[in-house]
Amino acid sequence: MDDVLEMGRSMNKNETAETWKRQSQLGIVAKRIAKNPTALIGFIFLVLLVLMAVFAPYIAPYDYTEQNLMNTRSAPSLENPFGTDELGRDVMSRVIYGSRYSLSIGILSVLLGTSIGMFFGAIAGYFGGTVDNIIMRFIDILQSIPGTLLAITVSVVLGPGYFNSMLALSIGAIPMSVRLLRASILGIRGEEYLEAATSINARTHRIILRHIIPNTFAPILVSGTMMIGHVILSAAMLSFIGLGIQPPMPEWGSMIAGGRNLIRSCPHIVTFPGIFIMIAVLSINLFGDGLRDALDPKLKK
Amino acid sequence: MIPVVLGVTILIFTIMYFIPGDPVKLMLGPDSTPEQIEAKRADLGLNDPYVVRLGKYVGGIVLEFDFGDSWVYNTPVTHELLNRLPRTLAIALASMIIQIIIGIPIGVFAAVYQNRFWDRLAMFIALIGISMPEFWVALMMVLLFSVEWGILPPFGIGGIQYYILPVFALSLAGIATQARQTRSSMLEIIRSDFITTARSKGISQMRTLFRHALPNALLPVITVIGNGMGRLLGGAVVIEAIFSIPGVGMYMVGAINARDYNVVMSSVIILAIVFALIMLLVDLVYAMIDPRIKAQFAGKRRSKNNG
Repeated sequence: MDDVLEMGRSMNKNETAETWKRQSQLGIVAKRIAKNPTALIGFIFLVLLVLMAVFAPYIAPYDYTEQNLMNTRSAPSLENPFGTDELGRDVMSRVIYGSRYSLSIGILSVLLGTSIGMFFGAIAGYFGGTVDNIIMRFIDILQSIPGTLLAITVSVVLGPGYFNSMLALSIGAIPMSVRLLRASILGIRGEEYLEAATSINARTHRIILRHIIPNTFAPILVSGTMMIGHVILSAAMLSFIGLGIQPPMPEWGSMIAGGRNLIRSCPHIVTFPGIFIMIAVLSINLFGDGLRDALDPKLKK
Repeated sequence: MIPVVLGVTILIFTIMYFIPGDPVKLMLGPDSTPEQIEAKRADLGLNDPYVVRLGKYVGGIVLEFDFGDSWVYNTPVTHELLNRLPRTLAIALASMIIQIIIGIPIGVFAAVYQNRFWDRLAMFIALIGISMPEFWVALMMVLLFSVEWGILPPFGIGGIQYYILPVFALSLAGIATQARQTRSSMLEIIRSDFITTARSKGISQMRTLFRHALPNALLPVITVIGNGMGRLLGGAVVIEAIFSIPGVGMYMVGAINARDYNVVMSSVIILAIVFALIMLLVDLVYAMIDPRIKAQFAGKRRSKNNG
């Protein structure tokens, strides 16, 4: 997403006044978010989670594969703050390592899906006519399959694993971004600056990339942020039913699946990964709500 | 509706066509001879070209409502699906009703008390509600209600008490979504001139809210409810697997593990058909509830009476 923002800024490099205005717009958004306590809390938690994922080997007290067969299924204690699982692995270390998978799958699938969606949305909105019709009918069909079931179907075909579940989940992010980009292009199609760009003989892809996308970016950024939370939930669901990331990788969903049969004797194996899924998704949603209010003050209630 | 169902069938079939590896080899086990595998492939029609297989499958569904046979058990899939569909539908529809009767009043309440303590609290809880995975909520409910308190059965089917946990676990996220959507669309309506007019005429607060504001605010909510049905049908798959409810979802999850791909494909398609039917229903309800469309009809009737 950063390079798209970068693109938005660099597009006006020659016009100093415009550059100044753009940067100050970003500044305004940052200021608005900083003033919104819930969005700020979401942002701080998000940063903490990312730091936890990046520095997992330094934070985690044990390795995620380290087994201690003398100390299995123990309840939370000082040594193992979240307890240990059926193989004596430290649940807290596994939860810390697990943040790497959930966060990166969430962000990468949304980036991938949104990029594909923006590509087709731009084509549909810009060219209209038959192309638009074909793309939008296909999106209709894609949307009439419940998202979870589509992700399951694609994962069944691709097989389990990190990249495959990322691909499967990215499909869910496509329809929304196609619709958003198409709608915003239809909204700005008559604007003078596009006419100006056409009249100086700018090429089509240049018009779309440099003039249209930066001007339709706000709604896509907001819906993309919200989508990350949704994808994290779906990724956990996929590994829970055994289609996503496989054990012994410490993905949160597969940890919950692993502890499911032990829920009577040691509920901590199931409880803690779930709490972290909730914290991750909650902070993304809080930040996304704040971002929406900051980018579009009209929507703020 | 028909083109969408047809498109969904073709799309799912095409995706499933690209499954790598030989499902027949996996079905027959490592001891099977190449002749046996070949015979089974011919029997299942796997050697035909893509278009022929697609034509047979789609033709079977559209013309005879026949989803073919299970690759593992050799039983007709349609029979099994129709036996199981009512349970899945019961769970999904019950969740939808609970979402409506709990979520919408919370949203109205939050909009009326906008930015006060109760609004903030309700919206924060709603945000937590949409941030939890359904299967984890389900397991936590089992932990609380079945393991700790022992008041509700943890899995299986039987009387109504067996459905309480699955339905509530499934509807929690939807309650939160409905409350958020109702609140934001109520806030838009509540400031309109016609609400001020209604108030100034001395109509009671309750009547203003529920007769004048809510019907107008409900339109976007209904769209969200319809889309939420897709989430419910998808979520029901996982919820059924957790609570061992023999619905379409459990059939599908079992088939995924057994590599019974025809069952997986058919389950997805029948749930997509159900979803398409529900979206059609939502469109009809939309037309029924929209005050502008209703006003058109009322206007006609009045002019007829007058004339």
